[in-house]
Amino acid sequence: MAAPIRSSLNGTAITLIVIGVVLTLLFIAAPVIVIFDQAFAKGFAIYRDNILHKETLHAIWLTLLTALVVLPINTLFGLAAAWTITKFEFPGKRLLLTAIDIPFSISPIVAGVSYLLLYGALGLVGPWLIEHDLRIMFSVPAIFLVTMFVTSPFVARELITLMQAQGREREEVAATLGASGWQMFYRVTLPNIKWALLYGVILCNARVMGEFGAVSVVSGNLRGQTLTLPLQVQLLYHDYNATGAFAAASVLTLLAIVTMVLKSILERRTEHRRRS
Amino acid sequence: MGTNLFYLTLIVLLPITALILKTTDAGLARFWEVITSPRALASFEVTIGAALLATAFSSVYGLLMAWILTRYRFPGRALLDALMDIPFALPTAVAGIALTALFAGNGWFGQYLEPAGFKVAYTLTGVAVAMAFTSVPFVVRTVQPVIEELRLEVEESAATLGAWQWQTFRRIIYPAIFPAHLAGCTMAFARSLGEFGAVIFIAGNLPFETEISALLIFIRLEEYDYPAAAAIAVVLLAVAFFTLLTTNAIQSWRLKRVVKD
Repeated sequence: MAAPIRSSLNGTAITLIVIGVVLTLLFIAAPVIVIFDQAFAKGFAIYRDNILHKETLHAIWLTLLTALVVLPINTLFGLAAAWTITKFEFPGKRLLLTAIDIPFSISPIVAGVSYLLLYGALGLVGPWLIEHDLRIMFSVPAIFLVTMFVTSPFVARELITLMQAQGREREEVAATLGASGWQMFYRVTLPNIKWALLYGVILCNARVMGEFGAVSVVSGNLRGQTLTLPLQVQLLYHDYNATGAFAAASVLTLLAIVTMVLKSILERRTEHRRRS
Repeated sequence: MGTNLFYLTLIVLLPITALILKTTDAGLARFWEVITSPRALASFEVTIGAALLATAFSSVYGLLMAWILTRYRFPGRALLDALMDIPFALPTAVAGIALTALFAGNGWFGQYLEPAGFKVAYTLTGVAVAMAFTSVPFVVRTVQPVIEELRLEVEESAATLGAWQWQTFRRIIYPAIFPAHLAGCTMAFARSLGEFGAVIFIAGNLPFETEISALLIFIRLEEYDYPAAAAIAVVLLAVAFFTLLTTNAIQSWRLKRVVKD
């Protein structure tokens, strides 16, 4: 492969770079800066009170809990799906690949409505759930489920791309040497995919903690009970407590910045470009 | 294999099936009545119009960013590259209130734009701005690796033959990038059609003017009009499947071209 081209910095290049930098500052950086500007608009003491408010703390807790539940499940699913798709041949493989991608292309609102029509009182299995005194909709489990839907492709996608490129010779060698399936995975596959795995988990986490549309349909919006942090941002904003909303938003913005930094570190480590 | 399918079925396919079954339950006549009601039609128009505007902007800005990030080395490049991930990493609701704060009449941008007669917040332009923000990384990140892999010789020979810079770009470089650019723009468009969190804060949400379809679904749910919500959701679902198929088709066309080369 030829080395990537680096053009010299002539007049055209400098003009293009300046336009790009200015647009990015106005369009991408300014929104991030304005969040902190607004959050601290009334001083640090108010900011601290806003963050330490009981409902906001609960929202932070529920957001963390959602990540604790959803991330391990979707990581395992991602590993299993990528392993099956890249190491074995079977009919319907393309169909499975497409099915994995579905949540990426569906509006979060549509995902939320689908869950409501499945588990809600008027839904497909809702009446049965009510008979058995089980409540899923408008409660915390609904938030977990719908977040699983929305974020299920992240780890799988990241791993499939890498593992397809790596092929399966190493596993075949391990198998000839008498390795069991688990040994093969733990000793051969995992060391080769660990950075991509971490990368997928980080991206998945950002979406888990930030999901808004799908969660807002199924959460029921009970103050201090079923509000995740993004929902709490909306609630405060509509309560005309803009400073409080931006304070809560600043926590999520920090999460985004940490995600961005970790992602660039991992990219440099693996020389891996995300194929979005 | 079995576990994968079980999980996908339980988490993804079952809810979608419920959506489709519940819509057909209400009958085709009712479905048609809902999706052709003036308010629903207006919401489709707003959504598609704003998504087209957003994609037009993202296609140019995204291509520019992909180009300068791969072709040139300059101070701050790594930071600029990392900033391209902000729209994906920032929760959409947060992006929504931030953009509203910037473009509102008293905001950093709004205070200059509005006196100049250019109102963004609470207009269709505002909807498009929010959509563009959340979807521009699709264009950048799809085009970037392709520019990275362009071969030097093609351009060198073009340069020795005396082609102008612009001509080299238009005749040689852009055709090579085009499939990836198209794929990125399709993904950006699809994302814009479904965007909710970023849009609802800046849109003002006036029925017939700035009300997007995703919000209309939400309003119907709050009115407990589930069949109407389901009907509009099915339309969005169908459009999403259509774009997914289109993107897949473009991707396999890209692969075929690469193989031929």
